Amino acid sequence: MSVWRRVACAVLLLVAGLSLAANVLAPAGYAKQYREAADSGPSSAHWLGTDEIGRDRFARVLYGTRISLLLAPAAALLSTLMAALVGGLAGYLGGGWARGAMAITDLFLSLPWLFLLITVRALMPLNVSPLVSVLVTFLMLGLLGWTSAARVLCASAGSLRDSDFVRQARASGVRGARLFWIHVMPNLKPVLYAQFWISIPAFILSEANLGILGLGVAEPMPSWGSLLKELEGLVSVGSEPWKFVPLILLAVVVTSFQIVMSKQEEVAA
Amino acid sequence: MKAPWGKVARMVRRSRRALLVALVCLGILGSSAMAQGELRFCLRSEPKTFDPLKVEDDASVAVRYLTGGVLVRMNRQTQALEPELAQSWKVSKDGKQITFKLRSGISFSDGTPFSAEDVAYTVQQLMDPALHSPTGDTFRSGPGNVETKIFSPTQISITFPAPVAGLDRQFDQVAILSAHSGKKEMAVLGPFMVADYKPGATLLLKRNPNYWKTDAQGRKLPYLDSITLDIQPNRDVEMLRFKRGEVDLINSLDSEYFDKLAATSPQLVHDAGASLDSEQMWFNEVAKAPLPQYKKNWFRSATFRRAISEAINRADLARVVFRGHAQPAVGPISPANKFWFNAKLKPATYSPDAALKALQAEGFRMENGELKDREGNAVVFSIITNSGNKARERMATMIQEDLQKIGVHVNVVTLDFPSLIERMTQSFDYEAILLGLTNVGLDPNEQMNVWLSSSENHQWNPQEKTPETPWEAEIDRLMQAQASSADAKRRKESFDRVQEIAVEQAPFIYLVNRNALSAVSQRVQGASPVILVPQTYWNVERLSVK
Repeated sequence: MSVWRRVACAVLLLVAGLSLAANVLAPAGYAKQYREAADSGPSSAHWLGTDEIGRDRFARVLYGTRISLLLAPAAALLSTLMAALVGGLAGYLGGGWARGAMAITDLFLSLPWLFLLITVRALMPLNVSPLVSVLVTFLMLGLLGWTSAARVLCASAGSLRDSDFVRQARASGVRGARLFWIHVMPNLKPVLYAQFWISIPAFILSEANLGILGLGVAEPMPSWGSLLKELEGLVSVGSEPWKFVPLILLAVVVTSFQIVMSKQEEVAA
Repeated sequence: MKAPWGKVARMVRRSRRALLVALVCLGILGSSAMAQGELRFCLRSEPKTFDPLKVEDDASVAVRYLTGGVLVRMNRQTQALEPELAQSWKVSKDGKQITFKLRSGISFSDGTPFSAEDVAYTVQQLMDPALHSPTGDTFRSGPGNVETKIFSPTQISITFPAPVAGLDRQFDQVAILSAHSGKKEMAVLGPFMVADYKPGATLLLKRNPNYWKTDAQGRKLPYLDSITLDIQPNRDVEMLRFKRGEVDLINSLDSEYFDKLAATSPQLVHDAGASLDSEQMWFNEVAKAPLPQYKKNWFRSATFRRAISEAINRADLARVVFRGHAQPAVGPISPANKFWFNAKLKPATYSPDAALKALQAEGFRMENGELKDREGNAVVFSIITNSGNKARERMATMIQEDLQKIGVHVNVVTLDFPSLIERMTQSFDYEAILLGLTNVGLDPNEQMNVWLSSSENHQWNPQEKTPETPWEAEIDRLMQAQASSADAKRRKESFDRVQEIAVEQAPFIYLVNRNALSAVSQRVQGASPVILVPQTYWNVERLSVK
């Protein structure tokens, strides 16, 4: 493991650890409004100041990190499994199955996902708790984010289908699901791992985009997206560098994920 | 040889006199023209039309204000009506007829003379149903045709089929068109005329050489040579350009930007006080709404609505969300509307205890910090607002915390605007909405479409076939009474009562009135921003730039 990869792993573990210790490090919580100290700078009471309605920014960063770091991998797992199912099977079966599955995948790819998410969000029931809104947001990301990975997996499974060891297994009488699970799937693992790791930062950024549009996680629950909304309008943040902390954290975490997953990509290649 | 000193001295004396005369002439010329450079500011969208009768959007309203000549003008500072192209006017007792005595010797920007024929032509165009003029709609109070009678080139009477409330004030929005000019709407009577238009980029207005007004010293108005309007929807860019000195004015400044600018250049920002705009929330009271019956019962209860209103800390909303640049709302009309505001109304009190007591008297009870109704249903509802509006999102979040104190759980939902409008007007699938109301005019007639129970914009329960509650029936009666009366005092009495009912019944929970914030460059002279639109350039003909 290279030094950079070790550093990246350490950073991710540190960030994850801090976010999990949010209850201890920021006992006041993410929702309490200190209205007398709204939009204040860093102080001993509020290490990163408060937001526009007086909520402790440090607490919100920690809790927001916890949400993004816990749920982005969950959404990535869901999308990777769906990609494996659709892409892996299509590639393995080949012929009309593969063409049909890839046509559906292309159809999904051609959909403007942002508008699709906005539409799905608008159709959701209104009276859902913030926690449910978080889960739904990431669930939607997982359900809509499998398409690119499915194409990669279809191509990989297709090449495995005609490989010598699969032919040999087939000649030995191994057929159907057994052939797929025992001989094809284990060889798709490196690609699956790579797709999983690639999806995590993509989903973190997607949630951040939705949050900036006000369509992600519901108030008062924080997420990186809702925290990044504070950076709207450079004029208003130029003299308040502490407001950049969520952005820096996002950049550090996404970069760390990229460094960690570069190993997986090498393996997949 | 004798030196000709005497001749030289005489020549010098003559030259001095000539120089003096020249300087005096230049001074006179200078003072009579006093052309003073170019003013620049931003329009936040493309003007959709230059036809003053078709104006609907803010950008076109701005162009109409700068170029259109009107018979009477409401002074944006005093809110009093002042003569413009009309020297005087008289409204009949029944409120159907208005007679104008016009100024003589006035020409349009292209030199076409102005007369009563132009007024008659404009009014006929305005009231033509085929034109669908939004300005014309405000004059349509009953079926039938408008009649114009020209007594002389400077006298005309206009008769409407039914009384028009505040008839004379409505003419503030009617820019007079030329009946004879080949340039159609581009021939104007206002201080400026459209000289060049680059769609998506700039609109150049040049001073109207035939503008009729002069200042107290007899100098021709306007002082400015031209106005360049940059089409710039991005508020950040507008602010940056203002800071760089590339634009001279900003209207409707955001409170956050206002404070940032005030911190470095306090002399550039102006807080004119509470504006006419309000932020409000309301509950869904539509009988056919897809909501559980117990929620409909809450929302249709005035006690419930008043209790929720009482549990909201409006002072905090004004202080925190708008950084002190807003006032807690009293009722449907902002105190900024000097004539129509009902001064007897008391500001809403903030008292979670009193709110809880009122709810308990209605059968609600607290259980483990959660409010429950008589049937044991927890009081939970959602407030939706439009995504991207930071102030409203913050207000909703603060209301969420305020109501938590009386055990009410609120879910804040932000939706894109089309989805919100669809729920509000089509499916009625919502519980509470938080939105703002932008008021441009002062007259209560402009709110007819909100208060009449049969109206589409009667937001809490639109298009009622007959008023569903006695108080809505009373509001209908009072609004119609004030609309059909020409007596300002009686109209005021009727509308005062409407305001009282609105506060008693709380169909809208008025939250705050935003202040009118603006920024004016030091280059601009003569500016005194006001609360009414257009805040900074309402006296544009008297503005000049250094």
